[in-house]
Amino acid sequence: MAEPFLIGDTMTGGYGKGPDILHECTIAVNPGEIAVIVGPNGAGKSTAMKAVFGMLDVRSGSVRLDGEDITGLSPQARVVKGMGFVPQTNNIFTSMTVEENLEMGAFIRRDDISGTMEQVYDLFPILKEKRYQAAGELSGGQRQQVAVGRALMTQPKVLMLDEPTAGVSPIVMDELFDRIIEVSRTGLPILMVEQNARQALEIADKGYVLVQGRNAYTGTGKELLADPEVRKSFLGG
Amino acid sequence: MSDPVKNTLLFGLVAALFVLTGVFQSANSALTILNMGLISAIMAIGVNLQWGFAGLFNVGVMGFVALGGLAAVLIATPPTEGAWIAGGYRILVALVLGAATVVAAVLVNSRLPKGRTRSLITFVVLVGGFFLYRAVFDPGVAAVEAINPAAAGHLGGLNLPILLAWPVGGLLAAGAAWLIGKTALGLRSDYLAIATLGIAEIIIAVLKNEDWLARGVKNVIGLPRPVPYEVDLQNSPEFVERSASFGLDPVTASTLTVKLSYSILFAVVLLTLLIMAQLALKSPWGRMMRAIRDNEVAAEAMGKDVTTRHLQIFVLGSAICGLAGAMMTTLDGQLTPGTYQPLRFTFLIWVMVIVGGSGNNFGAVLGGMLIWFFWVQVEPIGLWLMEVITSGMAEDSGLRKHLLDSAAHMRLLTMGLILLLVLRFSPRGLIPEK
Amino acid sequence: MDFLNALVALSNFVLIPAIAYGSQLALGALGVTLIYGILRFSNFAHGDTMAFGAMIAVLVTWGLQGMGVGLGPLPTALLALPVAILGCMALVLVTDRLVYKFYREQKAKPVILVIVSMGVMFIMNGVVRFIIGPNDQKFADGERFIISAREFKQLTGLREGLAIKTTQGITVVVAVIAVVLLFWFLNRTRTGKSMRAYSDNEDLALLSGINPERVVMYTWMIVAALATVAGVLYGLDKTFKPFVYFQLLLPIFASAIVGGLGNPLGAIAGGFVIAFSEVTITYAWKKVLTYLMPEGLEPSGLVQLLSTDYKFAVSFVILLIVLLFKPTGLFKGKAV
Repeated sequence: MAEPFLIGDTMTGGYGKGPDILHECTIAVNPGEIAVIVGPNGAGKSTAMKAVFGMLDVRSGSVRLDGEDITGLSPQARVVKGMGFVPQTNNIFTSMTVEENLEMGAFIRRDDISGTMEQVYDLFPILKEKRYQAAGELSGGQRQQVAVGRALMTQPKVLMLDEPTAGVSPIVMDELFDRIIEVSRTGLPILMVEQNARQALEIADKGYVLVQGRNAYTGTGKELLADPEVRKSFLGG
Repeated sequence: MSDPVKNTLLFGLVAALFVLTGVFQSANSALTILNMGLISAIMAIGVNLQWGFAGLFNVGVMGFVALGGLAAVLIATPPTEGAWIAGGYRILVALVLGAATVVAAVLVNSRLPKGRTRSLITFVVLVGGFFLYRAVFDPGVAAVEAINPAAAGHLGGLNLPILLAWPVGGLLAAGAAWLIGKTALGLRSDYLAIATLGIAEIIIAVLKNEDWLARGVKNVIGLPRPVPYEVDLQNSPEFVERSASFGLDPVTASTLTVKLSYSILFAVVLLTLLIMAQLALKSPWGRMMRAIRDNEVAAEAMGKDVTTRHLQIFVLGSAICGLAGAMMTTLDGQLTPGTYQPLRFTFLIWVMVIVGGSGNNFGAVLGGMLIWFFWVQVEPIGLWLMEVITSGMAEDSGLRKHLLDSAAHMRLLTMGLILLLVLRFSPRGLIPEK
Repeated sequence: MDFLNALVALSNFVLIPAIAYGSQLALGALGVTLIYGILRFSNFAHGDTMAFGAMIAVLVTWGLQGMGVGLGPLPTALLALPVAILGCMALVLVTDRLVYKFYREQKAKPVILVIVSMGVMFIMNGVVRFIIGPNDQKFADGERFIISAREFKQLTGLREGLAIKTTQGITVVVAVIAVVLLFWFLNRTRTGKSMRAYSDNEDLALLSGINPERVVMYTWMIVAALATVAGVLYGLDKTFKPFVYFQLLLPIFASAIVGGLGNPLGAIAGGFVIAFSEVTITYAWKKVLTYLMPEGLEPSGLVQLLSTDYKFAVSFVILLIVLLFKPTGLFKGKAV
């Protein structure tokens, strides 16, 4: 099998000098795909994503982007390399307008950003309507759109979302998933951590079930949804 | 080197500094430095209680020290003849009225439902109360200040033993600290710093301007002493005889005796406070304080009432500063509001605590004695240094004159530098917290 | 006529001085609030930074006066201002590199930074006193008044005169220019926006590729400029004396907190709230009231609520009220 576009390969590590949280965990995503990390609380889902993004110490294993080893790079350097990351909380500049949020997203770019901004507005039309409003005044779902839009402004080669639907209502969640699928159709690989395992696996091309920092099950979203073991242990039957 | 050995050595070093001063300068100046050193150590214990135990940043030490000084005047001086009749009671009534206004405003605010009516009534109560207060207050002040303004012009005190002023000074400071703590604690740490900075400036402003209280910048001098007077000693044949047997002339012997008596008094207070502070540190209360300091969120989650605890220790620490302030004014024998400088009475104490070792009572005491010693000795050293530097210059050179004149400001620089260096390279101080 | 006279007296003794003082406080508070927003601590050395900047301006002004260079009716200090700003920038950047950077890398608690800033305050204070001495220094020159009380009386025939000092006019003009420039910078330029972003959400700013050290550097430079302008304007309007700048710390902090720490707009509003309260409460209203009250009812006393010796008490009391009832300030600040 060819090398995936982005892969966190057999990663073991933890925060600072603390104990290991991840154990030989592997996560990968390819262009046009949505890969979803699911698992019970405390399974290390977000931790695995942060490891891929360089926010914790990976003691063994490696992270490779487009064939290049980026294990030693800081998160900021990874942004420059083309990784877009949307944190779970505090993921927008609340006191700044929607448009300024997008501008700040493109801070590392020196070229003309108006084209990208138009693309983001096309994806999230509501943002165009509210472009001069402070982002902090928007609703939960709209804030998440700002957050994703901000990350898209760097024209990343891969987009990583940490629980994008945390704390939003089911209707908004469906809408957000629709948007994410739309983003994925542009060919951008998406790696996502999700609490709502069933819905997430339904849209996933690839699913990773983590338990206690280890890969428990891996497969396509459909396979995992069909797997009786997976259903029984945490999809609730 | 084990800790006890190192600490003994450090204290030995400080003791040696004082002995050397005694030998090379004079026993008299060694004792003078020692006495203020003891008082400084007490202030350092107070600040250490707040900062070292609880992590509270008090930038108003000067104010609490000055309140202690005020207590010395209010307790120990004789009342001014006729002042109370002339206007004293009136002032007292006015102050009660003023306090009642504030209480009424607070009551209105807490009892009435929120809205425009409430704001209006509160405003009317405050403004009306203020004018009533001024109407009663002003004539009283004028009457008191008219009494023999060259020598008195103030209410005077209660004519009680001055030792009583020490705890009263603590109480006054505690009261002011309670007011500040009640407002600023529980908010960001910076706010307490700013609030204490403000209260200190205001206390000094009151002392300087309210002549009826303690004569303002006209100063109160000749406070009674808790120890004998030199003249009395020199007039006592027994004392003269005894000093002769030590080979001392009566004048020197009497100064030394007086200073030594102060030293003993101060040392007793210092030791008592040190023992109490040590017991407090090791008690469950002290452990809890430090737990709160190290992780406020966790302590709060465990059901500790962080703000109340902070208020307790803040009031306690400030009271100690007030006590030390009363002791200092007793030692000086006068209250001179013009001499209270934040550098000397707030900042210096902070340097003492941080250099000594924040969180460690012995560290605070060591820092207090050591830094005070340097504070006194840096000026002559600085002047000497400047003279050396400028010795090559022409006698009438403007730069030379400027540098010599500026030597006095070296203290600011040196103390700031010491603080920054210790914070940077040895943040735990000479005797670190265990 | 009496009403007009009262109005003129009010303007002369309350409104104009308060507007000038408010502008000075607002500029000072802007510096404090920017440091708070970006570096997240209350900078106790701000008053002495102002003193340092003003001191350079004083020295340069003396130099220019010595060479016979001047601005005619305007004070020479305006010419010295750019030099002073540069000098002050150099000072704070060196201080940041030598002192604050270490604690930033350690991610030290804000209270540690406050203590450190106190150490810096005393060193700066010492340096200023060492160079220029602790005494009052005069450096204002040029025309003293835009309009003097006598001219105004002749012009209008009113009994009350209205005097506008040149320094008051300059204070307002310079403050307006400085504030417009600052807000233009913060809201319109990339660097300014990155500063706001960093102040709003540090982690996300890092994720967006904003370089924190650059943000910090720009912040210090802006703060140095604001502090110098504030210090020079205050010195021109009143007098230059090192200790006075330390005492200004309290009203400046009060302004920043009243407005909401970290909020530039709040700092300006706070400056004027404090200035107007201070001036109205310590002003003797007798003159104004005498014009307004019917004959026979004129006040006998001075009608001064508080003696000017207690002007700091005014900012302090306002500060306490805000802390008690609205710790985030009038405009929403960052701190609780």
